[in-house]
Amino acid sequence: MDLSTETLMDMYRKMRTIRMFEDKLSELVNTGKLAGFLHLCAGQEAIAVAVCAHLRDGDVVNSNHRGHGHCIAKGVDIDGMMAELFGRSTGTCKGKGGSMHIADLDKGMLGANGIVGAGIPLTVGAALTAQIKETGGVAVAFFGDGATNQGQFHEGLNMAAVWNLPAVFVAENNGYGEATPTEFVTPSTDLTKRAASYCMRTESADGMDFFDVYEKAGRAIEVARKGEGPTLLECKTYRYYGHYVGDPMTYRKPEETEEWKTKRDPLDKFEAEAVSRGLVEQGNLRRIDDEVRESIEKSVAAAEAAPFPSVDELTTDVYYEND
Amino acid sequence: MARELPMLFAINEALHIAMESDPDVIVMGEDVAGGGGRADQGIEEAWGGIMGATKGLYTKFGASRVRDTPISEMGFLGAAVGAAATGLRPVAELMFIDFLGVSFDPLLNQAAKLRYMFGGKVRVPLTVRTCTGAGTRSAAQHSQSLYAMTAAVPGLKTVIPSNPHDAKGLLLSAIRDDNPVVFCEAKSLLFGSGEVPEGDYEVPIGKAAIAREGSDVSLIGIGQTVTTALSAAQTLESEGISAEVLDLRSLYPMDEEAILTTLEKTGRLLIVDEATPVCGIASEVASLCVDKGFDFLNAPVKKVTAPHAPVPFSPVLEDAYMPSAARVVAVVKELF
Ligand SMILES: Cc1ncc(C[n+]2csc(CCOP(=O)(O)OP(=O)(O)O)c2C)c(N)n1
Ligand SMILES: [Mg+2]
Repeated sequence: MDLSTETLMDMYRKMRTIRMFEDKLSELVNTGKLAGFLHLCAGQEAIAVAVCAHLRDGDVVNSNHRGHGHCIAKGVDIDGMMAELFGRSTGTCKGKGGSMHIADLDKGMLGANGIVGAGIPLTVGAALTAQIKETGGVAVAFFGDGATNQGQFHEGLNMAAVWNLPAVFVAENNGYGEATPTEFVTPSTDLTKRAASYCMRTESADGMDFFDVYEKAGRAIEVARKGEGPTLLECKTYRYYGHYVGDPMTYRKPEETEEWKTKRDPLDKFEAEAVSRGLVEQGNLRRIDDEVRESIEKSVAAAEAAPFPSVDELTTDVYYEND
Repeated sequence: MARELPMLFAINEALHIAMESDPDVIVMGEDVAGGGGRADQGIEEAWGGIMGATKGLYTKFGASRVRDTPISEMGFLGAAVGAAATGLRPVAELMFIDFLGVSFDPLLNQAAKLRYMFGGKVRVPLTVRTCTGAGTRSAAQHSQSLYAMTAAVPGLKTVIPSNPHDAKGLLLSAIRDDNPVVFCEAKSLLFGSGEVPEGDYEVPIGKAAIAREGSDVSLIGIGQTVTTALSAAQTLESEGISAEVLDLRSLYPMDEEAILTTLEKTGRLLIVDEATPVCGIASEVASLCVDKGFDFLNAPVKKVTAPHAPVPFSPVLEDAYMPSAARVVAVVKELF
């Protein structure tokens, strides 16, 4: 593994930031401080961070409704994200988008998305731009197992394959689409099989294992960058929270969740492996924990103190006029 | 006997009655069983739809008639149309009307047109239940009121109840109608309670209802904005203006007679709609008034709607986006 201690610490910091960001949001919704439907990605952090570790400026990622982790991993500023969730004018999208629509094109983040599957063709389009303009860029879509039943998934993969686009399709298979178990609605829970009819490369990774995702995503992104076509990368994972904050979770047993949390947690696993290999010191990780905790508290305080958008903003940005 | 029930429970009751009274009625959609039916794992009942409207159906009517679909709206609505044309009476749940974007063809080009194209040789008894409306901080892609789009398509009917009583009766009518009907459920009304009779009854499609009598101005509400209109009427009363409130209920077919009758009575009319204003139901009502009610008009017909913009996330913006009783009151006063 070609990862320096410094990079590893950075990876850990990003994963910890995602975890603490999501835990904080859950608390804020449960105490009535935040409104809206928040889809949290705690448990799935390793995927976003390990994939984005291979991306550069100019590469584009696209996300779904469970998008906070992808944004953070691609470098979107958490202060702006937090302010967005509080609906403030200092938010990433001036408070107009909210959780499901956080976007920051300067960071190559082409948006979370409220429409399941919709980010996939958008990613195909971003890859098309990279190909036609010969930017050397790669486009990555993050989506769930449920999205692989959408026409947009199949239409998107077909185009990416037939046009040999520099794209990577990352399926985060967490076993459920909302309340419905994957096997109720998808004939095989091995989602890589779906790529076969598009003659597309596939990779399958343990989404709870940073190092496994890192290796496989690295291969996929390198292939794409070299102009050798797209890959479908499936990562098996689990979401710790419900589908949204407030989900009664009647469709799964608490023991199942406990098992994933205690035996397969991606942060614990990363730490155990990095420390035992002598790559990072535990004390340094605890210091990162403290710093991240503090940065999130600060982002909440700043968001709460920020102004709401002016009501004039209701009808601006509907069409491009002038910047 | 009537009881107080939330609209959601009224809808649930209608589904139970429809399935009991007709074995051809099936229910399909995302999470309508919601992972239920796994007795072996101790999970008999689970979600029953995103809001819980289909709770209990899976246990009672079984996997064959109550289907969790993949997140494939185009696919399962198309399948519902095909099933309707060949002998079933499907009730499909399109979780939010915003998802028309990924599923319009089965409604627009199939359900709506089969009967006409086949020279009247087919019936498409399909009901699509779908949540509409803003006010839940769900932002641009989960808050729209796109019912004017379905109402505009020849061959489709579109209804939207404003209270639990009508929700139950209209849903039963929709399911038993031999035409495709889009049944809109305003999200913000689902948890509000009202009187609901027990047992089986129908509220006819195509009939508006007077929600409040008045003599000086007519306020027309649609779903959630019936509440807005009623609240405006109350304020207006204290200021000496008597407002009649008409609950449109059925967007297509529209109850022209009821609209013209109230207009004739009051001479002034305002439509409150939380949808965007261009090519909307409010414009349709206004055009009717000008076309067939011109002689009754003592003032211009007014629309109070959302602006021509997507639904914003920020609570302050969303609150300003939605038509308020205060805006209705202010506009009504301009008419005198
Ligand atoms: C087109 C569309 N259909 C349905 C929904 C409602 N919905 C939001 S998330 C979701 C489940 C998505 O499951 P999956 O793709 O596996 O992602 P996960 O939530 O598990 O991360 C559904 C059905 C939607 N937002 N868009
Ligand atoms: Mg999933």
